[in-house]
Amino acid sequence: MLVLTCVPAFLVLLILVGLFVRARPILAEKPFFSLLFSSAWSPLKGDFGLFPFIMGTLWVTFVSLVLAVPVSLLTAVFLSEYAPRSVREFTKPIIDLLAGLPSVIYGVWGVLLVVPLVGRIIAPFFGVTSSGYTVLAGGIVLAIMIFPTIISVSLEVFSSIPYQMREASLSLGATKWETVRHVVLKKGLQGIIAAIVLGLSRAFGETMAVLMVVGNIPRLPRSVFDGGYPLPALLANNYGEMMSVPLYDAALMLAAAVLLLVVLFFNVLARLILVRVERRAA
Amino acid sequence: MEIRPHLSVQNLNVYFDQLRILKDVSIDIPDHKITVIIGPSGCGKTTLLKSLNRLLDPLDGVRVEGRVLVDNVDIYDPRTEVTEVRKKMGLLSQRPQPLPMSIYDNVAYGPRIHNHVDKKRLGEVVEQYLRMAGLWEEVKDRLGEPASRLSVGQQQRLCLARGLAVGPEIILGDEPTSALDPQSSQNVERRLIELKEEYTVIVVTHILRQAKRIADYIAFLYLGELVEHGPAAEVFANPRDPRMRAYLTGEIS
Ligand SMILES: Nc1ncnc2c1ncn2[C@@H]1O[C@H](COP(=O)(O)OP(=O)(O)OP(=O)(O)O)[C@@H](O)[C@H]1O
Ligand SMILES: [Mg+2]
Repeated sequence: MLVLTCVPAFLVLLILVGLFVRARPILAEKPFFSLLFSSAWSPLKGDFGLFPFIMGTLWVTFVSLVLAVPVSLLTAVFLSEYAPRSVREFTKPIIDLLAGLPSVIYGVWGVLLVVPLVGRIIAPFFGVTSSGYTVLAGGIVLAIMIFPTIISVSLEVFSSIPYQMREASLSLGATKWETVRHVVLKKGLQGIIAAIVLGLSRAFGETMAVLMVVGNIPRLPRSVFDGGYPLPALLANNYGEMMSVPLYDAALMLAAAVLLLVVLFFNVLARLILVRVERRAA
Repeated sequence: MEIRPHLSVQNLNVYFDQLRILKDVSIDIPDHKITVIIGPSGCGKTTLLKSLNRLLDPLDGVRVEGRVLVDNVDIYDPRTEVTEVRKKMGLLSQRPQPLPMSIYDNVAYGPRIHNHVDKKRLGEVVEQYLRMAGLWEEVKDRLGEPASRLSVGQQQRLCLARGLAVGPEIILGDEPTSALDPQSSQNVERRLIELKEEYTVIVVTHILRQAKRIADYIAFLYLGELVEHGPAAEVFANPRDPRMRAYLTGEIS
């Protein structure tokens, strides 16, 4: 058993070490942190600053969370506390289905619908001209992709709260909404945070859909109407293409390692919080 | 006009989906007495108790027919505000359910929601009800701690204090001692006996000895039917219904 549980951890470690080994050529030329925080990206001149890509990732992720968290929490609260049983049972499989759709589908849908929406309606509304291939479009598509994760984990968390606890609050003359606010959300807070972090870590790594709508411009985005270039998109677009450029290969490996570290960090955080919540509920 | 009791149940029928769980139950609950509802498992005791403060409402597939009068108002009348009904009753459940907050905040929960206590007096009010529930001495130095850290017996008394702080007229207890050790059970029983001076108390139990210790009035439910009810001494001394007799001798349980 112990050996088996160690295998995945070992594999991740192996991948990480492998990536860093392959990134060695570029790390030998420039220190790690200057690569991380430099904005200059011109591979032909030997500049491999990863900062625009890291920021592209963070921007898209941030936008998607701002959009996804309130909507999915309200949905989860509605489904778990207000909706009749039949609605809940009807909706749950649909949410799980959405979570399982291949991300290309979301990407195509994003290109067909979200990009024009941003370019023709939302950007002009704010007085900005934009092609529509923007951080905002990426964020919207990503938000829709992480809804199901946050909703289904939150539903899980809410259903772990004993019904009798809600009854206790109701019996004191609290309204349903007061009960949700003071009891359900309070009791489930840690679990909700874990749900968000889980959604977040999915958002960091999600490639296809975002790549198709975000514009892929290696420049620091200054607003949500700028194009962006998240790390996963950088890897997917360029790996195997530009390999004749010196050090390009190593720079991409470094980018992959950074992405992996970020995703790992958030996953571990989510697990830790979930374990604490479960222990508390026990 | 005859003086009506606080709480009167008239022709109450409760259905879960199509199943009839309570069958034409009618009973006047005497004021300032402890009424104990007894009966075998699954006969509808919890359902009857919950129907008194409309805790059946949120459940799916429940239908309630008949009337429950509290102070001469039918609580199932659509014009009756459900939170007002529930404010008149404090509930003790089978397992104590402290809310996910501090000891102090648990007791202050009701007063805060209903805004019926001056903010400056809240501390005094919390103390007053913790004393009434016999918990003050044990918790006065740790009011800020999460309520979940208390022992189960203490939690049950906290729930009592929390219920009293809303200012109810009636106290409902659904097997309030079944999760407690004998000592804590005794403690809670003593509180209930003290409280009947000021409140009308209704307790569900399946422990016959407990019923004999605390009951002034007995209601015996069997398969959803109110088979027999009356003053405890009378019912225990000579039960009229054969099913009641069988239950008392332990033939059905
Ligand atoms: N939410 C529900 N949905 C469907 N049926 C229910 C529900 N709650 C209770 N019942 C049914 O109603 C009947 C009465 O249940 P109730 O909980 O009132 O019994 P009880 O007398 O309190 O039993 P116990 O002594 O075991 O607590 C039982 O047959 C039970 O199966
Ligand atoms: Mg019961």
